[in-house]
Amino acid sequence: MLESMGYSSWALTALLLLPAFGMAAVLIGREEHAKHLALAMSTVAFIVSVPLWFTYSAATPAFQFTSSIAWIPQWGIHYRVGIDGISLLLVLLTTALFPIAILGAYSYIARRSKAFYAMILLLETGVLGVFVALDLFMFFMFWEIMLVPMYFIIGIWGGERRIYAAIKFFLYTAVGSLLMLVGILYLFFKYRALTGDLSFAYMDLLQLPLTFTEQYWLFGAFALAFAIKVPIFPFHTWLPDAHVEAPTPGSVILAAVLLKLGAYGFLRFLLPLFPQASTHPTIVMIMMVLGLIGITYGAWVAAVQPDAKKLIAYTSVAHMGFVVLGIFALTLQGIQGAMIVMLSHGLSTGAMFLLLGMLYERRHTRAIDDFGGLAAVAPGFAAVFVFTALVSIGLPGTSGFVGEFLALIGTFQTHPWVAVIATLGVIFAAYYMLPMVQKILFNSLTRPENLRLPDLNGREIAVLAPLVAGMIWMGVYPKPFLERVDVTLTTLIETVERKSAQTSFPLGMEIETDAPAEAAVVPAVPVTDGTDGTPAANGARPDSRTGNIVASAGAGADAE
Amino acid sequence: MDHFEPTLLWAIALLPLIGFVINGTLSLVRARRSQAHLLATNPAPVRPADAHGHAVDAHGHAVDAHGHTVDAQAHHPAAGSTLIPTIVGPGVVILAFIIALINFFGMFGADLHDPIVETYWQWMPVGSLSVDAAFQLDQLSMLMTLIITGVGSLIHVFSIGYMREDPGYARYFAYMNLFVFFMLVLVLGSGYALMFVGWEGVGLCSYLLIGFWFKDREKADAGKKAFIVNRIGDFGFLIGMFLIFSNLGALDFVTVMAAAPSTFAFGGGVVTAITLFLFLGAAGKSAQIPLYVWLPDAMAGPTPVSALIHAATMVTAGVYLVARSSVLFALAPISSITVAGIGALTALFAATIALVQNDIKKVLAYSTISQLGYMFVGVGVGAYAAGVFHLMTHAFFKALLFLGSGAVIHAMHHAYHATHNPADAQDMRNMGGLRRYMPKTFWTMWIGTLAIAGVWPLAGFFSKDEIIWQTAARAVGPFEPWFRVFWIMAFAAALMTAFYMTRLMIMTFHGQNRTGAEERKHLHEVSPVMWVPLVILAVLSIVGGWINVPAPIANMPILGWLPSSEWLHHWLHPVIEQADYVFAANVGDLAHATPVGGGEAFWAAVSFLFATAVIALTAYVIMKRRYAPADESEPLRGFGRVLYHKWYVDEVYDAVIVRPIMGLSRGLWRFVDQGLIDGTVNGIGYAARAFGWVGSRLQTGQLNTYAFATVLGALLLLALVVLGGN
Repeated sequence: MLESMGYSSWALTALLLLPAFGMAAVLIGREEHAKHLALAMSTVAFIVSVPLWFTYSAATPAFQFTSSIAWIPQWGIHYRVGIDGISLLLVLLTTALFPIAILGAYSYIARRSKAFYAMILLLETGVLGVFVALDLFMFFMFWEIMLVPMYFIIGIWGGERRIYAAIKFFLYTAVGSLLMLVGILYLFFKYRALTGDLSFAYMDLLQLPLTFTEQYWLFGAFALAFAIKVPIFPFHTWLPDAHVEAPTPGSVILAAVLLKLGAYGFLRFLLPLFPQASTHPTIVMIMMVLGLIGITYGAWVAAVQPDAKKLIAYTSVAHMGFVVLGIFALTLQGIQGAMIVMLSHGLSTGAMFLLLGMLYERRHTRAIDDFGGLAAVAPGFAAVFVFTALVSIGLPGTSGFVGEFLALIGTFQTHPWVAVIATLGVIFAAYYMLPMVQKILFNSLTRPENLRLPDLNGREIAVLAPLVAGMIWMGVYPKPFLERVDVTLTTLIETVERKSAQTSFPLGMEIETDAPAEAAVVPAVPVTDGTDGTPAANGARPDSRTGNIVASAGAGADAE
Repeated sequence: MDHFEPTLLWAIALLPLIGFVINGTLSLVRARRSQAHLLATNPAPVRPADAHGHAVDAHGHAVDAHGHTVDAQAHHPAAGSTLIPTIVGPGVVILAFIIALINFFGMFGADLHDPIVETYWQWMPVGSLSVDAAFQLDQLSMLMTLIITGVGSLIHVFSIGYMREDPGYARYFAYMNLFVFFMLVLVLGSGYALMFVGWEGVGLCSYLLIGFWFKDREKADAGKKAFIVNRIGDFGFLIGMFLIFSNLGALDFVTVMAAAPSTFAFGGGVVTAITLFLFLGAAGKSAQIPLYVWLPDAMAGPTPVSALIHAATMVTAGVYLVARSSVLFALAPISSITVAGIGALTALFAATIALVQNDIKKVLAYSTISQLGYMFVGVGVGAYAAGVFHLMTHAFFKALLFLGSGAVIHAMHHAYHATHNPADAQDMRNMGGLRRYMPKTFWTMWIGTLAIAGVWPLAGFFSKDEIIWQTAARAVGPFEPWFRVFWIMAFAAALMTAFYMTRLMIMTFHGQNRTGAEERKHLHEVSPVMWVPLVILAVLSIVGGWINVPAPIANMPILGWLPSSEWLHHWLHPVIEQADYVFAANVGDLAHATPVGGGEAFWAAVSFLFATAVIALTAYVIMKRRYAPADESEPLRGFGRVLYHKWYVDEVYDAVIVRPIMGLSRGLWRFVDQGLIDGTVNGIGYAARAFGWVGSRLQTGQLNTYAFATVLGALLLLALVVLGGN
């Protein structure tokens, strides 16, 4: 039935438009309807995204559900969207978490709710755009769009130091992305210099032969933008402030979805575009060491935070450290693990911020010492809180374990000592999480104001239940997730390894000699036939259309 | 031989899980309702109680005045409201035990050689890594399953009486059922990864049950400590798994054990590393030096929890791990000698602490640590069956002793509760003469004491003696001198065991009663639901050793009354034959005499005589001593004080590890995060603002600050990359 409706051709576009329409509707509609409208539109977007899970073909590494429309063709800019296994999981994480975050905000956001929910929906479009864009210009646009609503969400609906936090967030990320823009433009002009054509298409730029030096510099420019987003030590200090000051739904989205953008960037751009740089031992070691610092440093600093939200913010630094290790280990288990850590962190940290938000609504404080003994008065809350904390520290049988275990065992294959140090993180995780659990839920209930704390209500249970279910599902039966991303990652690793093994070559000569041939081939680049979703037509494999560039440039390995 | 197909193997583990879901749901619903009731009927905020009169732990609701309030509002749990947990909680475990028995008899007749693996689903299939959710049934996992569900059933039944009046009754059974589920996953899991699921799962349940009365900060602390210390061990387990996978390409037992002898050289570095890391995990879970510190604190949980988790099952998981990995340990003599050495050291060290403790559960806790040490001596010297044998008999008599102490504490607590006396119901100095009030508990506990002390013909005599004997018999190869030392240590610890257990019995049950005149009237024997499990365990503590009577002892005069039946050895043979083969191929034949001469039968007789002599002597000495109630007693002086304070190990750990890490954490946050990074960012910001102010006032300082700082950071990183790369 879906096929007859042409689902594969419009699904992603619909996902981008639905929240945008929702934003318009919220702005036009009445103040008191805003949250219902936002919830409805984000839920519709989620429903539209569900068939992606079922109809995505895990057997091919090609981009699927593609569509392409000329946008500013004179600059080679096209509306190009499509997803592979990596984006599939992250898109679904996004569409699933937005309705939850919105429902979780129902009683939290008291003022200017029209503007708030409009911002949230704009944010959803921005994030989804980043995950589905196959045109670097478009990617960059969504990347920047995303910052604006987040900036206002923190700055307007945030806590006491919201202005400081919002500006810190904005500038950290904006500055990082500026260098990335330079990098993108470099690739664009390089492509033009080589082929005479203008293109921002991901598939085109992927074929660019780059020298070591070029790769290093471009790697640096892109990596900085992504490292800030992840965040990787020492670019993480925006995160605790942003998390603490952001309103609950802002924190949820920030932790659950926005932190995944950096890692997504690593996988989508850094590894395939700059394979030699990404696999250079020194660079890998730098990334690994930074990941290790994140794991240990994040955990230790988290352990001494008096503010519960800040504590969870630092644990994100630790969790994302595992992601960095898994990715740069460049083994299948490692990257699979990184993917599961991302999803698991999205669910568990999302749930954790929702829970802390619920506490904040009841008591208007985030200080751990203001609680104690809550398990006696709010057993339902306590049960979910303990469970979420356990997922966060990687208890087997939950998603947290599957992710960390795979990331570590994958890292161990190529960098055993790094994995050994990182595994110490399982001890540190207990060291930061359990004392907080104890101080909030256990011990004697000494504060009279906590004595009448109401337990979770129906709406809150509805918000948390899907997250809990997801964390158990992914922990007990992660295979559906693993297999959907399997071929994508296998191909990615193969490609990176093959390309990084190629020797560099002087560029100028070959291009001059082969230029006529390329000119004959490359004009076919704009993708116009993506509607049927067949992989070959969308050119996911480097050899299908533009492989000539590489082949003619002397590599030859791509000619399969 | 008959063909054997497992019957409902999955159901053995699933049943307790169902019990957890039912009891857990019930507990949450009830707790919510009682809290809602409290809010509805009590408009004025109730003053929370912060000080609780006495550190009695037998009753949650007695610990905290606030608990009383909630409890009173929600009605004292009447018979009807405890009906479902009472039926479901023990019921699922008993059912699991019945299914396990059916499987056992099927297996018994079939003479199974290869393990049976039932695969349920693919858990983590990633490239060359293939981890299945699968159960492996063989002689070892069968035995463990019987112990867990059998002893577990008895302890669950006992808990009906022990916990009935606790407001967290349903929650208690939810945790206990969950524990049994994870413990079964641990022993039935077909590979290291699934075993690790159970491994951490039981740790979680231990954490929840130690801190069951979470309102008491000390108990919550104890739970946390158990979890964190265990995580140190789990680190080792994980690294061990990583090493196994990267060298053998698999994590399931069948593949690993088959591939190991041909992959690893005897005594090779990799297999030594694997086994040492696995042993780190085992030392955490089984409370061995240096990770034993959590177990004494774990006594904060309800006493049946101590019996099930911290004596009979979970803490033996480390021994199971070593026995399960017997091939790997047999290939790594250095690791094996380490296991045996740590075991012997722990057996002796913990026994010294047990000598002077006054808390009845503390004595049993250190005794457990000491007995676990024995088991590690057994599996460390390569006598895997002997280690597992002691694991089994220890499960019987230590569960008996803990439940017996639970009955005592229950009675003591009732007496103190009735008279509103804040005295410590676990302090043996407050007991004395209890045999008049609790004769069944008294007799069964004496049986447990004689069993653990190694008195013929009780279970402990056979299992402990076999370990001590094997330590001597296997004193061959390059580490021979060390085996002699371990043999002496094990012998010494056995004598201490006889001493501290007799001391415990005399202080508790004999002499004059010290509970108090008024309180004495309230002392009485526990209900049948509690003493019947004690009697069953007492019977098992007597006959449990008879399944494995060595031939030399069976041929002795007087003591040779029991027939020789090295049944357990034959039963476990298929599991450990490969390890024996590795041992025989690389080390050679066993010695058949102790370092100082004498055969197995001779030393069995000697140790029996020694144990009896120590018991008699101790009884004589302790009987003559006049103990005062706890609050009138003088603190110990001299070396006794050092022992009483457990050699100050907790204090040393606190000073050397805990505090430095806390300090470092604080330092990192203040000086690196806020000082260095944010300080640099802000500092550059101020400088930029100064420039900006001088130049023009078009820009806000903030904007420049971060832009400038971040660009600078980026350039630094890039420079680093480029310079490092070339």
